[in-house]
Amino acid sequence: MKLRARQPYTGIPRWVSGLAVLSALVVVLPLAAIVARVNWANFIPLVTSESALDALGLSLRTSAASTLLCIVLGVPLALVLARGSFPFQRLLRSLVLLPLVLPPVVGGLALLYTFGRQGLLGGALQVLGIQIAFSTTAVVLAQTFVALPFLVVSLEGALRIGGQKYEAVAATLGAPPGVVFRRVTLPLILPGLASGAVLSFARSLGEFGATLTFAGSLQGVTRTLPLEIYLQRETDPDAAVALSLVLVAVAVAVVALAYGRPGGLQRQGPAPWGGSSRRPTTAGAAGGRVR
Amino acid sequence: MKRGVTTAVAALVLAAGLAGCAGSSAPAGSAGTSSDDAATTLTVFAAASLKSSFTELAETFEAQHPGTRVSLSFAGSSDLATQITQGAPADVFASADTKNMDKVTVAGLAEGEPRVFATNTLAIAVPAGNPARVTGFQDLARDGLRLVTCAKQVPCGAAAATVADKAGVTLRPVSEENAVTDVLGKVTSGEADAGLVYVTDVKSAGGRVDSIPFPEAGAAVNRYPIAALSGAKNQEAAKAFINLVLGSDGQQVLAKAGFGAGGQ
Repeated sequence: MKLRARQPYTGIPRWVSGLAVLSALVVVLPLAAIVARVNWANFIPLVTSESALDALGLSLRTSAASTLLCIVLGVPLALVLARGSFPFQRLLRSLVLLPLVLPPVVGGLALLYTFGRQGLLGGALQVLGIQIAFSTTAVVLAQTFVALPFLVVSLEGALRIGGQKYEAVAATLGAPPGVVFRRVTLPLILPGLASGAVLSFARSLGEFGATLTFAGSLQGVTRTLPLEIYLQRETDPDAAVALSLVLVAVAVAVVALAYGRPGGLQRQGPAPWGGSSRRPTTAGAAGGRVR
Repeated sequence: MKRGVTTAVAALVLAAGLAGCAGSSAPAGSAGTSSDDAATTLTVFAAASLKSSFTELAETFEAQHPGTRVSLSFAGSSDLATQITQGAPADVFASADTKNMDKVTVAGLAEGEPRVFATNTLAIAVPAGNPARVTGFQDLARDGLRLVTCAKQVPCGAAAATVADKAGVTLRPVSEENAVTDVLGKVTSGEADAGLVYVTDVKSAGGRVDSIPFPEAGAAVNRYPIAALSGAKNQEAAKAFINLVLGSDGQQVLAKAGFGAGGQ
């Protein structure tokens, strides 16, 4: 806290502030427009209809499942990408990040040609008696496909910024890689992992295109909240707007949970990709305990 | 602080200016409509199922009316109706059902009575070779058969429900899609064993799907109305285009695509 003596530099050119207001409006104005369109008199009946509750429940369940899947699949991948050294590593990273920029409908087609009846794995799955298309499993797969990069990127950032000092110390003290991973690496990357998981959950919640293309749309089975909104819009714009607001509210809650709490994940840095700058205060103890 | 407020106000004015600009140009969703020369461009909003036939008719129209360019915008009828009631600059609206045309007439935006120019009926689409051996409407209720239909909220789904009602068959689709093209996609990719689509969709899919006609389809006939819009900049051209669609040339093109005759 030596810097206290000097005032931190806060000069921002006026035109930059002006443009910042404009850019905030780009995001806030459409959200305000949604709120302004809500038919408040019928809001409760609209969002508690059977189909709406089915859709919300399905969205929450599938997003939770895909987040879990993202963690299970994403942690090893991020670790290998951040720490490993093998040919085509950069190529693999680019490929893994592809769903971030891919139109979701392309993701849906890709999944269809992988897990569909006539897809790459279709024959093998059929032999095993597994049918994925038109099932809730298909929704979870579609969500995992689009959300996985968020977890991998967050975590890889955390791993790179965190460095490998503590792990190295633990290893010199005789801890095998498995123990180092469990007792040192994992606690260190926990904040990065948590923010990555939150982002994956949020992305899963909003998944639309891949689900529509790959999973179909059936109440209680594959029709998640975004699909329900898209369908209601055909006949009942009021219901579509009300449900949109529910989705916005859930998204706000998720983001607030991750970044809004004082002393929450904010600590880890300015950006979700920023990774963890946190050092274990009990690093010495951790080093001593690895055995 | 005061300076900050001034800046914020300036930004708001700038934003309002941008919004103003956006308002005067073509609204989103009407891709393909340009307002380069309003006097010689006829903008036609048409249901997605009319794509191939109206594209052909637009060429015929341009050949018959040198100097007039036809700009076509295809989308779901309910999307188009929403765009028109929100002020999209269209001259002619061709809807795939009367319900969406009603939205436009109720808003007082149609010029004269809409006229029905075509009809469409449902057909069962199955993947090429008919792997699940579907032979008629009753088969669609078979256990283990993967049927895909439209959701009841969209015209093709409402038609499917009507037909199933009349036939006394309970359909249990594995998916209820938003658009008939999505149903067709699930059939062409082989994911679904059967789908309920329109006769015209089967035609446009070529050899990728086989079609099984069924007599119960007569219970739900979709009527396609067309109308000139009161906001049309060129009423003459709009009326001429509608006459082309209703006339023998238009009816021939539509029949080729699988549509039933309208003309009432």
